[in-house]
Amino acid sequence: MTIRVLRPGLLMTVQDLGRHGHQHMGLCPGGAMDPLSLVLANALVGNEPGAAALELTVLGPDLEFEHDTLIALVGAEFESDIPLNRPVLITGGSHISISRAARGARGYLAVAGGIAVPAVLGSRSTYIPGGFGGHEGRVLKRGDLLPLVPEVAALSAERFAALKNKRGWSVRWSAPPLTVPDREPIVLHAIDGEHFADFDANMQRVFFDTIWRVTPDSNRMGYRLAGPALARGKSDEILSGPTCLGSVQVPANGVPIALMADHQTTGGYPRISEIASADVPRLAQIAPGGTVHFARCALDMAAELRKDTSNRLTQILRGIAWEYGK
Amino acid sequence: MAKLAPLGAVPLGDCAVYVEFARTLDLEVNSAVQRLAAMVHGRALPWVRDVVPALGGLAIHFDPDHASLTTDALTAALNTVSECLKEGLPKEGDVLRTVEVPVCYEPEFAPDLTEVAARAKISPDEAVALHTGGDYRVLMIGFAPGHAYIGGLDAKLDVPRRAAPRAIVPAGSVAIANDQTVVYPYAISGGWNIIGRTPLDVFDAERQEPSLFCAGDRVRFRAISRAEFLKQAK
Repeated sequence: MTIRVLRPGLLMTVQDLGRHGHQHMGLCPGGAMDPLSLVLANALVGNEPGAAALELTVLGPDLEFEHDTLIALVGAEFESDIPLNRPVLITGGSHISISRAARGARGYLAVAGGIAVPAVLGSRSTYIPGGFGGHEGRVLKRGDLLPLVPEVAALSAERFAALKNKRGWSVRWSAPPLTVPDREPIVLHAIDGEHFADFDANMQRVFFDTIWRVTPDSNRMGYRLAGPALARGKSDEILSGPTCLGSVQVPANGVPIALMADHQTTGGYPRISEIASADVPRLAQIAPGGTVHFARCALDMAAELRKDTSNRLTQILRGIAWEYGK
Repeated sequence: MAKLAPLGAVPLGDCAVYVEFARTLDLEVNSAVQRLAAMVHGRALPWVRDVVPALGGLAIHFDPDHASLTTDALTAALNTVSECLKEGLPKEGDVLRTVEVPVCYEPEFAPDLTEVAARAKISPDEAVALHTGGDYRVLMIGFAPGHAYIGGLDAKLDVPRRAAPRAIVPAGSVAIANDQTVVYPYAISGGWNIIGRTPLDVFDAERQEPSLFCAGDRVRFRAISRAEFLKQAK
């Protein structure tokens, strides 16, 4: 009951919705960079929202399936020999090939029953800096065998049988993407950070007027944004304080860093903004070289954005449940 | 001490709030913040995801749309903090934990000890005696899982960070700078002055208590020989 990695692609890891409740010991929640796409992928194969899946980055893998396995690939528009955003039943012994993402940066390949690696601190997510979780705590490589649930073939057959509107080994419909941008730069709504007022009016204007480019050294810990250097007006030392997913820090070199899933839990850099939580999964879909800009936003607007996202997701999940005859 | 009162509360985006008590390091405030964090954490509120004490304040991370909330999460978080403050914080003695850390200070594990001692105009042995003689407390966990910032360093050992950070500092390295001691949980890059190494695992996700240190812990460093280090190291 396995998936064999024939070619690993760029940065493939096992991820779920992360481990909350450990930030006081310096451990960030981690998990999928784009949790919305993970939840959609899981729904498409009939899983619970937080089942562990494969997170692909920019360049996808070649994978071989030991048994019949129901899968779905959601998120970035990968060029692939399987159709995207829908359940696909893969025949045991065959393999699939996923190449580069034409649009977006991260894909989630969910399988019926989830990737059955052991949970560490309540999650199957790979935490690369700490070397634990996921498959041996690391990025996947050629030859890895990923464990699936023992009953994966029966489970896959049963779920595929339940689907309406089938065509061949897949279905006649696809789920709409939630996070992959139609065009760039994308707009990130930004709540004032603790040190926003330390930047003078001119610097604040530069922050909001600039189209920022995501640099190649961006990763699961943070996105570095190339543009004009931001200078904080004050020079006093900042007492190291807590950070959050989406915090935009400005170190002394003036290059802003947006903190992503595997961020540090505390930091001593000034924080100019905090990206609205609903926008973070959209940022995760921007590949190096992609562009973003910031729009100032208040907490009530951030709440509206969450509500919009949640309503759209609920609607899509309802549609998928209907296709499964539920 | 004077009654603990927040200087302010800053939203950390829409899923957390930072309640600030001090803008510079104040050991009394730091200790109170840790006890307050323990108290908030102890309430096990279903909408609270994480309570993170830092040097001068604490962050409460929450699910802003949790069904159990009757008001907005920011208000609920601030109400929780003021209720805890009104109720009174637990005394330091009631939450005291002491962690003893065996450290081998021999040259092979302590590349910067000679330099640190020379700066303080003492011998390396005297530097070790000063380091093991100190009474320490964990001021904050951050930077990496289990990475503790430990205060209480003897003023004689106050050295700045190294001008050029090392690309790789071995796991377990005990290092000093800026009045503090840190113990590296993993082999990572770092600019602190390495004066020894502990055979203990600072962070082990598979252990019942993953982190060796918690914010507020008393810490003692005990010198061990190379032989004992090798015996204890896996």
